[in-house]
Amino acid sequence: MKCTVCRGPAVIDLRRHNANFCAEHFLTFCREQVAKAIRRHDMIAPGERVLVAVSGGKDSLALWDLLLELGYDAEGMTIGLGIGDYSDASSAASQAFADSRGLALRHVDLRDEFGYDIPTAAAVTRRVPCSSCGLSKRHLIDAAALDGGFDVVATGHNLDDEAAVLLGNVLHWQTEYLGRQMPVLPERDGFPRKVKPLVRLGERETAAYCVLRGIDYIVDECPMAAGNRHLRYKEALNSIEAVSPGTKHAFYFEFLDKAADRFQPEAAVAQDGLRPCASCGAPTPTEVCAFCRLVDRVSGAEPVPVELLRAGRGRGRNRARSRGARQATS
Amino acid sequence: MRVLLRNPRRELELAGPLTVTKLLGRLDLNRESVLVVRGDTLVPGDTVLDDDDVVEIRPVISGGSA
Repeated sequence: MKCTVCRGPAVIDLRRHNANFCAEHFLTFCREQVAKAIRRHDMIAPGERVLVAVSGGKDSLALWDLLLELGYDAEGMTIGLGIGDYSDASSAASQAFADSRGLALRHVDLRDEFGYDIPTAAAVTRRVPCSSCGLSKRHLIDAAALDGGFDVVATGHNLDDEAAVLLGNVLHWQTEYLGRQMPVLPERDGFPRKVKPLVRLGERETAAYCVLRGIDYIVDECPMAAGNRHLRYKEALNSIEAVSPGTKHAFYFEFLDKAADRFQPEAAVAQDGLRPCASCGAPTPTEVCAFCRLVDRVSGAEPVPVELLRAGRGRGRNRARSRGARQATS
Repeated sequence: MRVLLRNPRRELELAGPLTVTKLLGRLDLNRESVLVVRGDTLVPGDTVLDDDDVVEIRPVISGGSA
């Protein structure tokens, strides 16, 4: 197999692009795809400060590396979620990446600063762990961006993430979420601008980017997320992609071109009437925001080890499914 | 050849020669969902793996397995 660009030995084939690449030209391809996404969707202007939400996984570390390669002023932030060995390994991978490049890495620990962790929050609230995890991450990264004077928050959502969320939102006709499923969420009162520069790269490509750049990311995935509905949507889409390359790209980008606008009025209505949280000042439709209510409910609760929560999840899984954990990215 | 798999971690011994594409087919893995890593680089589908090769099949789906 030869590189489509230089005819040297290829290391990866990208069937949806009908192309093969050597390492050098694959890395160039990734940089070009991210630059194209940023340019086409007006994500980041020259000179703006970017806060990158970093987990230690392939997507967030590839994103941080790519933004730096493209010349952006990008700082990282991690959140200590308290998910046992997984969180320890995530923090270590993020810190090692930052240290290897002499970069600043902000860190907020849920247990140290707010008195809870994700397994405990899941046990106390009796909701799926991804619920309190997503809420905590969104709130704290938004707050850090505003407090730190950043112009934009960048997250590592890739094409597979967006296509899977789109499939979930379409299957359940979550019209409000469909109206918000854009590569850019503009800045509003109390919310920083949020961008997804990896939307033109699949997760096979972000993983390959890390391997070829020598980025030591955490390969094992979050034990709290294993078997969730988002994963099943990804597997379904990959089954189609295997016999029809380009399906995921067409599904997502044709949605943006042809249908997303139609759902934006519903998303706008849902965002009307926000007011400052009485406790922290963040925008919320209720008197006290969801994050402050979560902290009030779970802070100081007896810590629940991740192993104990996993053992109990099987019994609670049917209840969680019946509640229909929604699929949304922020 | 020695094949390392993840989630859960385990190892297999398979006889070569075998192309990467055939290896993935034999393990019933979707090529869209994994990378095959040998040493510090990737190997594409037409690469022939021999008995003395050591490769890792790395899942790329968040939360996925191989």
